[in-house]
Order: sequence, then structure tokens, then C-alpha cells
Amino acid sequence: MSMQVILAQALLGLNVGVFYAMLSLGLAVIFGLLNIINFAHGAMYMLGAFIALIGYSFLEQWLGISVQIGFWASLILVPLLVGLLGVLIERLLLRRLYDLDHIYGLLLTFGITLILQGLFSNYFNVSGTPYPGQPESLSGVVNLGFMYFPTYRLFAIIFSLVVCFATWFFIEHTKLGSRLRAGVENPDLTQAFGLNVPLMITLTFAFGAGLAGLAGVLAAPIYSVSPLMGADLIIVVFAVVVIGGMGSIMGAILSGLALGLIEGLTKVIYPPAASTVIFFLMVLVLLFRPAGLFGKEK
Amino acid sequence: MTNRILFILMLVAGLTAPLYAYPVFVMDLLCFALFACAFNLLLGYAGLLSFGHAAFFGGAAYITGYVTKEWGFSPLLGILAGTGFTLVLGGIFGFLAIRRQGIYFAMVTLALAQIIYFMALQLPFTGGENGLQGIPRGELFGFIDLNNSLAMYYFVFAIFLIGFGIIHRTIHSPFGEVLQAIRENESRALSLGYDVDHFKLLAFVISATLAGLAGATKAIIFQFAALTSAHWQTSGEVILMTLVGGLGTVFGPVLGAITVGALSHELSAFGSWVQVILGTIFVVCVMTFRRGIIGEIQRLASRKQS
Repeated sequence: MSMQVILAQALLGLNVGVFYAMLSLGLAVIFGLLNIINFAHGAMYMLGAFIALIGYSFLEQWLGISVQIGFWASLILVPLLVGLLGVLIERLLLRRLYDLDHIYGLLLTFGITLILQGLFSNYFNVSGTPYPGQPESLSGVVNLGFMYFPTYRLFAIIFSLVVCFATWFFIEHTKLGSRLRAGVENPDLTQAFGLNVPLMITLTFAFGAGLAGLAGVLAAPIYSVSPLMGADLIIVVFAVVVIGGMGSIMGAILSGLALGLIEGLTKVIYPPAASTVIFFLMVLVLLFRPAGLFGKEK
Repeated sequence: MTNRILFILMLVAGLTAPLYAYPVFVMDLLCFALFACAFNLLLGYAGLLSFGHAAFFGGAAYITGYVTKEWGFSPLLGILAGTGFTLVLGGIFGFLAIRRQGIYFAMVTLALAQIIYFMALQLPFTGGENGLQGIPRGELFGFIDLNNSLAMYYFVFAIFLIGFGIIHRTIHSPFGEVLQAIRENESRALSLGYDVDHFKLLAFVISATLAGLAGATKAIIFQFAALTSAHWQTSGEVILMTLVGGLGTVFGPVLGAITVGALSHELSAFGSWVQVILGTIFVVCVMTFRRGIIGEIQRLASRKQS
């Protein structure tokens, strides 16, 4: 097995890893402030991909007027739309559950997942529809010296990394971010200082949802867009989150990237294990470091 | 008192069901009812949300199917083998999952269950996406032919009653009392000197084993171990059944399984809309109906008394 094959798989793995990182980052940010796990995170990723697909391929046909939303416009519009859905879910539903056991938040978002997934399964093929809107400027391949790599995938990796680290920087190193962290640490006291904690919660949830939607748009040209694409991914991301621990933003990003890489390499070494390797790693982490690699047990 | 009346009602309904309902359908409901009762023992009484119970339900079905089909085990022995498998699997999953709490517990069980799902999809003997087909029903004790649907029905009903009895006994034992104490306040139970992890693990194993019993029985009834039984959506369905019927009530899961099962059956012509409807029921239950059917009845009854 040549070095090139391994490097190629490592890069493809990293490509998956950036999606893990983006989703686990969103989950961690939401968990920090709301103390709930958003099961619908995968459905929001799927929704993001579908809005991009509909905007590009179906909107014209549906509305009867000549409109087409291109990839770049989707990259901005979709996170806003999915974020808006996040605002609605938080304001109308989740908000009423904060005083209860946190498992109800998980169950509610599970129900939302079923609804979204069922709706799209009615109108779209479960085996997937290709997204034809990949921009001309990102087609083709680039020569990395040791191999040729699809330009779009390289773009997706770099773009996602920038988004992840920008989020980290925002939360850890800006004034607004420090207020957010104060809200995580002690919501009552933060509120007493005159900060609008409920608004922070809404925006945080919307931000996490938007991030999932953004990941969906980025994934659309690579994978075919399917109603089940989010559900399959979110369970792996749960394992990523258990491995990394949700205590730190950087931890969520790094464990997402690392596990994508490991999964990619497993595809070369022993392909049948590729779909389960992350779950087995989770077992090891539970045995030897139950709180997670970057986690602190509450 | 209410429980005794409900039990007699259930017994009569169960014994006479083949007179007015299609036996295979009722047997399916009984399997789900037992599955939901087993799940309820864990969430309703110990306060542990497992999102991976499909691994036991589906896993046992595959093992039972394999040993009866390939090794010629009798149906009873096959069911015992499948159930025994989930006893061990429940021990392993439980040991790992109780190392984390609350929401992490749910995520860990979901991820662990996904290993079983992928095994059911990829291992050579499982038939991949088609599932394990052609499982023989065989003969019970060597002389009762289970291909007779009435014989099969009463065999299944007996299994259900045994499982239900074990759960009922567990809930109303000192062990069950300690579980509820842990659910209410874990650190307090710990400070009273109870080995909390030990109790949680045991509850997990009992719940997993009985979920396995339900899945193993289902494999014999349908002569088929379905991949969907091991899918995470099945784990979600059993949560919904328990929630609709009444979390932490003895008969709630049975009623919930019948309600959700009958609903899915009636709506099966609508294809993917079933998922939308089940999801909506989920949301409505969580938002406004957290006590479930039995829970609401009990609340109304106690209000009348006072």
C-alpha cells in the first residue's frame, strides 16, 4: 500500500472530520448554555443541504418564475434560514422545558428529527439526489505535489476550518464571547448583571443550528442529498462528543478532526471497521478516561 | 386496587384476543408491550434514558434466528439463547454506559447500539439489509406445533405474562424501591450507603434481558429477524410507546405499545407520513402530556379522592 493512498485517505478523512468538527462544535456550544443535547442537529444539517438543493434545482419549477439560488448565495442564506428555525424551536418549544429533566429536551428534538426526516422522505428519494450547483471556479482538481485532490473538497476543508476557529476565537477571545461564557458559568448571576440571558440562549441555539445548516450546504456537492444523511451522521457525532467531552470548544473541534482522520485511515487499513471504529474508540475512552479527553465531569 | 382491576382486564383481553383480532398482529403488539415494559423499568423507575434498546431487541432476534435455523435449536431453547445473549450484552453496555450520567448516558447507549446495528448489517450470517429470513417456528416441548397460530399465540402470551411478572416483581421489591430513590436523588441514595452503580447496572441488565426476550420471541413469530429491529428508530419508538402510555406506571407501557402499534398499523398506507405523525405525537407528548395516558388517569382519580 503506497504512501499516496494513505495520504489521499487521510485527506478524505479530514474532509469528513471537518463536518464532525462543525457539528460537534454546534452541539457543544448549545450544551454549554442550554444543557440539552440537540438530537435535531443532524436533521438541521440535512435541512441545510436540502434548502441549497431546492434553491438551485427546484425553486424555479415550484414557483413558476425564473429564480435560482446559487452555491455562494446558499452559503449565506441557508445558515440564516436554519438559524431562524432554531429561533422558533427554542422560543416556542424548548423554552418551556428548561425546568424539567434535561432528557425531555433530547426527546423533543428527537421528535422534531422524525418530523423533518419524514417530511423530506415524502418528496425526495431516500437514496439521494445529487446537488448540481457546485461553482465552476471550484471544479477540477489541484496538484498538492504528492497527489491530485478535488478542488471543492479542499475548499470545504479550509472553509470549515476557518469557521470552526473563528467560532473558537469569538467565544474565547472577544467581549461578547466572555459574556457568553459567563452565562454558561452562572446564568442567574449573569442575568443579575443586566445581561439578557434568555436572548443569549436563543441566539446560541440559533447559531448552533445555523452551523449545522452551513455544514449541510458544504456537504451537498460532495455527498448526494438524502433525507437520512443527517441521522446517520449525528450518531457518530454523539460518539465524537462523548470521546471529546463537551467541556471545551477547542476539544470539540480537535476531536472531530482527529476522529474523521482516523475513520479515513481505517478505510485503508481494514475497510469493514470504518463504520464502527469511532464507536469502539468511544468504548476505550469510557474505560480509561470516562469524562472524555477534554472533558470535565459535571 | 386499580392495578388489580387493570391486570384482570389485561388477562381477559389477552386470553380472548384471538377471537376478535388477527393473532399475528396481537402477538406483534405483545412483543412491543413487553419491550416497552422492559424499557420503562429503566427510564420510569431508575431514571436512566437508554437510546440503544433496539440493540437488545434486534440483537436477540438475530441470535435466536441463527441458532434455530442453522443449529436446529427448538424454539424455546432458541429464545433462551437470544435472551442469554442480551443478558451478556446488557452487562457490557450497562457497565460502559453507567460511567457517564444524564444526557451522556443516552448518547453512549445510542452509539453502542449502533455497533450492533452495523454488525447486523455486515456480518456474513445476517442477510444484510434483507434481514435473517426463513427462521423455523418449530415445535414447543417437541409436540406442540407452533405453526398453528393459536398455539403460537398462547405461547407468546405466556412469555409476555412471565416477562411482565418479572418486571412487576422487580418494581415492587426493595430493589425497586432503591431504584426509585436513585431516580429521585442519586447523591442522597449514595450517602445512605447504597452502591448506586451496582443498582443501576443490575436494572440495566434486567431491562436489556427482557427487551431481548421480546425481540427473540418476535423473531420466532415472524420467522424473520429484521434489520429495522436493530435500528435507532426502534429505540425511539419504544421511548414513544412508554411516554404515551405513562412513564413509571405499571400498565402504561402496555397501553402505549397498543396505541402506538395500532396507530402505525392503521397509518401504514401513508408511507413516510407515519414518521411525521409519530414525530408530532412525540412533540405533543413532551410538551403537554408528560404523564401519559395512565399517568393522567391516576392524577384525575387521586384528585377526585381528595
